[in-house]
Amino acid sequence: MSEFVIKAENLSRNFGDLKAIQNLDLEVEKGSIYGFLGPNGCGKTTAIRLLTGLLKPNGGKVEVMGLSLPKEAEKLRLHIGYMTQKFSLYDDLTVKENLQFIAKIFGLSAKQRKSRINELLSVYGLDKKQNQLAGSMSGGQRQRLSLSAAVLHKPELLFLDEPTSAVDPENRREFWEQLFDLSDQGTSILVSTHYMDEAERCHKLAILEAGIKRADGSPEDLMQQMGAHVIEVAATNLRQLKQQLLKVDGVITAAQLGARLRVLIRDSVLDPIAFLREQPGIDIGDELVKVRPSLEDVFVTCTGEGRQ
Amino acid sequence: MNALRRIYAIFSKELTQLKRDRMTFGMVVMIPLIQLMLFGYAINTNVRHVPVGVVDHSNTGLSRILVQTVGATQVVDFIGHYDSIKEGEDAIASSKVRAILVIPKDLSQRLARHPTVGFGLPPSTDQETSRPVAHWLVDGSDTIVAGAIKSLRSMPLAELLSKPANRNVPTFEVTLLYNPEQRSAVNIVPGLVAVILTMTMIMFTSAAIVREREHGNLEMLITTPVRSIELMLGKIIPYMFIGALQVVIILALGYVIFDVPINGSLWQLAAATFLFITASLVLGLVISTIATNQLQSMQMTIFILLPSILLSGFMFPYEGMPEVAQMISEGLPATHFLRLIRGVVLRDVVIFDMRYDVAWLMLFTLAGLIIASLRFKKNLD
Repeated sequence: MSEFVIKAENLSRNFGDLKAIQNLDLEVEKGSIYGFLGPNGCGKTTAIRLLTGLLKPNGGKVEVMGLSLPKEAEKLRLHIGYMTQKFSLYDDLTVKENLQFIAKIFGLSAKQRKSRINELLSVYGLDKKQNQLAGSMSGGQRQRLSLSAAVLHKPELLFLDEPTSAVDPENRREFWEQLFDLSDQGTSILVSTHYMDEAERCHKLAILEAGIKRADGSPEDLMQQMGAHVIEVAATNLRQLKQQLLKVDGVITAAQLGARLRVLIRDSVLDPIAFLREQPGIDIGDELVKVRPSLEDVFVTCTGEGRQ
Repeated sequence: MNALRRIYAIFSKELTQLKRDRMTFGMVVMIPLIQLMLFGYAINTNVRHVPVGVVDHSNTGLSRILVQTVGATQVVDFIGHYDSIKEGEDAIASSKVRAILVIPKDLSQRLARHPTVGFGLPPSTDQETSRPVAHWLVDGSDTIVAGAIKSLRSMPLAELLSKPANRNVPTFEVTLLYNPEQRSAVNIVPGLVAVILTMTMIMFTSAAIVREREHGNLEMLITTPVRSIELMLGKIIPYMFIGALQVVIILALGYVIFDVPINGSLWQLAAATFLFITASLVLGLVISTIATNQLQSMQMTIFILLPSILLSGFMFPYEGMPEVAQMISEGLPATHFLRLIRGVVLRDVVIFDMRYDVAWLMLFTLAGLIIASLRFKKNLD
């Protein structure tokens, strides 16, 4: 039987009239990497703040690491690490000073501090930068510093709020390698993102939109249970074809990928290729292929109601 | 033990940041230095060399000697001659001069009958009463300048006629304790300690916490085990040292440059200063829990600073204020500290003898700490 590090039931939070989170149910297994996927403003940050005890919910129950929030938020602090969306360490302190500060706050002895900081500096490739001011570093370096500060006290559960939003692709790959290393060592991780490729790396993920959880499960399950066919059409005049298809009942959406049009069709249509062949605008010679759904297709299928 | 370690962590972090922030560090030293020089020299209620003009209707040797005698007091400088009162009034209106001395045609008759000249008193009848020898028209809008010229009202004139000065017996003997030479700096310099500490202490603490909120550091800090009270103490303590440093700068320079004595014991001085620094820092903390950005914290600091300058007794005597202003004044920590520090520095008072002010500062600090701790929540709600 698996153990849950996060259990939330019916979690809600409003800011005035805005319903930032509505009736969120969540179960995160110990040792897994769990993703929040959603567009900007969908409530990812609010959800994380509710789960770390930074915000109080308007309704619902949350248990993190067996501690009930917000009552036992103070006890929880020793067990979790939190990397904020915005760089939240001190720009005017050096890498080493920032880590020293966090280590002192978490009550590490001088000896522990020294060995732990040296370990982190080498794991996250910051040893040559240790005397540089944090404010003068690149996005990738700052992100590594933030991560090392968040894991300094060896938390069992790590919250990462859009950790890769200011980082180039190469640094992102490396960053995820580091997350998998942490996961291997038994750390549970909750990470929010709006990148599909990152979401695909998670063991499980929840798709959030306008404060509502639209779907959750492992990326494979989500893709299999998507409830839509994906057909790629190779044709000329794709822009015009797209506009025509969007008007057809049964077509969820269509997006151009270079010389192809990726069309999502409801699974109530039994033979999607034959269905498309009947549509005006598609010529006999056009190539139609049924392809494997991607996470982006899942995302597009289950969101969109609240989009403006 | 862990609490102390965390307070120390914040304290040393704050010091490191302060060390890097050259501008703020410079302000810590430059604010008291510059303000002391400015106010020490500039604020002077002994007005001298007021620019005035003369309208001489008499135009005699006597009138010229009168003008010279008045000028010799150095209270006024005659910088213009006008032919008519109208011209003189225009000069006042266009603020070329602050006052004009109108010397009447019959100066010599008036002078002869003037009692100070000592030719014997004429009978005080309607026809023959003695009259003032000349007339001042003064721009009375500034009460201090007007007061300086009013002080010339009964200046001795015996010298004018080379007679020995006739010595009047004053109604009262007045002895001026603590500042016999009546130098403004003696009163201003200890007062400046209160004003400068109000400004820097409130501003630094309120900005220090608001800055963490603005930069997003607070979101990180509140997910750590640090408690609100630890965070506040860690933030406050470095500024206590800064406050103490500023007091030393002001009083030492005041002693060297303006010859302001420190009559009281240094321990008493340190105790009074400590009380006020904590009160101001706590006030800054309260502001920081209200303000959401550094501009707001700055505005609130000024909101406290202005009454602290104008109503605390630093510039104008408390006794002269209407009751409402006195009530506001009683509410300001600066007022109570001003009484204490002037007491200690000038009158060698033991602060226990002024326990009302001491108690008030303590209560203020306690109330402020409670309010700040209640208002500062470790969450983002």
